[in-house]
Amino acid sequence: MSVLKSMSSWLAVGALVWILDFAVMGQMNPYFFSVIMYAGINVILAVSLNLVNGFTGQFSMGHAGFMAVGAYVSAYITTSLQASNPELLMGFQGQVIFVCTLFFAGLMAAAVGYIVGLPSLRLSGDYLAIVTLGFGEIIRVTLLNIEAVGGARGIPGVPPLSSFGWVYSFMLFTIFIVWRILHSAHGRAFLSVREDEIAAQSMGVNTTATKVKAFVLASFLAGVGGGLFAHYLQFINPTTFDLNRSFEIIIMVVMGGMGSITGSVFAAAFLTVLREALRDLQTVTHVDLRMVIYSLFLIILMLTRPSGVFGNMELPDLFKRKKRQEV
Amino acid sequence: MIEFFQHIVNGLSLGSIYALIALGYTMVFGILQLINFAHGEVFMLGAFIGMYSTQWLKLYENPSLSSLFICLAIAMVGCAIVGFTIERLAYKPLRGAPRINVLITAVGVSLFLQFSGQLIFGSDPKFFPTIYSPEGMWNIGGVTLSPLHGVVFGISIVLMLILQYIIFNTRLGRAMRAVSYNHDLASLMGIPTDRVISYTFMLGSALAGAAGVMVGVIYPKIDPIMGVMPGLKAFVAAVFGGIGNITGAVVGALTLGLSEEFLVAYWAPTFRDALAFALLILVLLFKPTGLFGSARREKV
Repeated sequence: MSVLKSMSSWLAVGALVWILDFAVMGQMNPYFFSVIMYAGINVILAVSLNLVNGFTGQFSMGHAGFMAVGAYVSAYITTSLQASNPELLMGFQGQVIFVCTLFFAGLMAAAVGYIVGLPSLRLSGDYLAIVTLGFGEIIRVTLLNIEAVGGARGIPGVPPLSSFGWVYSFMLFTIFIVWRILHSAHGRAFLSVREDEIAAQSMGVNTTATKVKAFVLASFLAGVGGGLFAHYLQFINPTTFDLNRSFEIIIMVVMGGMGSITGSVFAAAFLTVLREALRDLQTVTHVDLRMVIYSLFLIILMLTRPSGVFGNMELPDLFKRKKRQEV
Repeated sequence: MIEFFQHIVNGLSLGSIYALIALGYTMVFGILQLINFAHGEVFMLGAFIGMYSTQWLKLYENPSLSSLFICLAIAMVGCAIVGFTIERLAYKPLRGAPRINVLITAVGVSLFLQFSGQLIFGSDPKFFPTIYSPEGMWNIGGVTLSPLHGVVFGISIVLMLILQYIIFNTRLGRAMRAVSYNHDLASLMGIPTDRVISYTFMLGSALAGAAGVMVGVIYPKIDPIMGVMPGLKAFVAAVFGGIGNITGAVVGALTLGLSEEFLVAYWAPTFRDALAFALLILVLLFKPTGLFGSARREKV
C-alpha cells in the first residue's frame, strides 16, 4: 500500500509531463524549448553520476563515455531502421520502438560499465579517477575508428524522436530509481562504502560488488541520457563526448552537492541556463568564457564550501526542518 | 634497420620528455598523495614561456646550444614560480581536507589554466621559433641519427641526474624524503613541511617547464591544450614505474615513449592516445603498485 502511495505522486507528475507535452510545448519558442530539453537531459546525467561520485564516494571522470555508448547504439539502430523501413518509426509504434531502443542502449552502456567497472573499481580514489578518464577516452578513440558509425564524421540525420514527454519521463524515472535505491539496503551499502570502506567491509558489505552495482546503474542511466541526447540533437560525433563533457557533468554534481539528488537537479538546470546566458556574453566579448568561469567556480567552491550548495540535503529535508522550527 | 634505430632514438627522446613530466607527478604524489592534474598545464606554460622569451630576447636570431640553454633556464624559473603559486593558492588551504576535494581542486586548476590559456594565447597553434637547429646528421656505425633528438635526450638525462643529486645528497632532498615517508613525524622533527612541499612543487614544475621547451624544439607547434595528453601519459608512466618512485618514473616513461613510437610506426597510429590508458589499466590490474613500488597496507 505504501509503495502505491509513494508511486502515485510520481505517476501524477509523470502524467503532468505528458499533459504539458501535448498542451504547451508545441507553441513554445524553439530556443527556450531547446534549453528546457538540454536541462532535462543534463539532470539525467548529473543524477546518475551523483550515484557514483556522490553517494558511493568514488570519483568517475568518464561519464561522457557511457553517454556516448548509449547515444551511438540507439542512433545506429534508429537511423538504420529509418533507412530500411521509415514507416516503422511513425506514430505510436515508433514511440514504442524508440523507448525499447533507449532501454537497449542503456543496457549496452551498462554492459560496458560492467566491463570497465569490474577491474577499475578495485582501485581507490585517485586511480579510479584516472582509469575512468582513460576509459572514457578509449571509448571515444574506438568510436573514432569504427567506420560503421561514421568514424570522425559521426552519425548525421538521427530521427528526432526525443520529445519533451520522453525526456522528462526518463528524468523522473532516473530520479525515482536513484531515490528508491538510496532508501533501500543497497543504497545504505553505497553510503557505507562512501563513509568508511574498511568499516563497511568489516560489517560484511562486499565493497567491490557495491561499487560495481552503483557504477553499472549509473552507466545504464547515462546510456539512456545519451540516447535521448542523440535523438534530440539529431547529430552525434565522437568529439561531442570528449573530456569536457565529462567535466561538465562532474561540475554539476560537485556544485549541487555530492550526495544530494536535489542539488544535482538544480545544478544541472542552473548550469544549462547559465551556459546560454554566457553565450550572449560571448557575442559581446568574442571569447568563450564558459569553461574559465566553471573551473574557477569549481576551485572557489572547493576552497570555501566543499560540500556543494545542497550538501547532503534533499528537498523534503528542507521542508522537514522548517516544520520543526514552527513547532 | 636504419629506420628501426631512428624509431628507437625518437622513442627515447619522447620518453625522456614524458620522464621529465612524470618526475613532477611522482614527487608531488610521494609527498602529498595528490595527483596534481594541473601538472600537464605547467608543462604547456613552460612551452609558452619559452616561446615568448625567445621572441622577446630575439634568441631565434642566433640559433645555438647556448640560446637553447637560456630559453630552458627562463622557462624553468617561470614554471617554478607557476608551480609555487598553484600550490600556495589552491592546494595549501586544503591541507587536511578529504582527498576527493583536493582532487577536484586539481581538476579545476587544470581546466582553469587550459581555458584561460586559450583566452590569453588564443586557441590556434603557435609556431615555436627555431632556437637550435644542428646541421648534418650523426653517423654512428652506419646509422644516421638526428642530433636534435640526441640533444634532447642528453639534456633530459642531465636534468634527471641533477634531480637525483638533489634528492639523495642535499639537506632539502633528505627533508623531502622525510616528509614523503611520514608527514607528521617529519614536522615533529622540526622540518618545515610547508616549505619542503613548496620546493617539491617548484622542482617538479621546473622539470615540466624544461620538457615544454624541448617539445617546442622538437615539434614546433604549441597550443594551450597541448598539456592534456602528455600530462596524462606522464602520469601513466609514473604509475607504471610505481608512483612515488623516481627511478620508476623514468623507466616507465622511457618504456611508454618507446612503445608509443613503435605502435605509431608499425601498427595502429590512430590508437596512439589509447595505448597509454590500456597500459595503465593492465598495470593496475596485475601489479597496482607498479614496477618498482612497494605495497602499503592500510591500517585501521
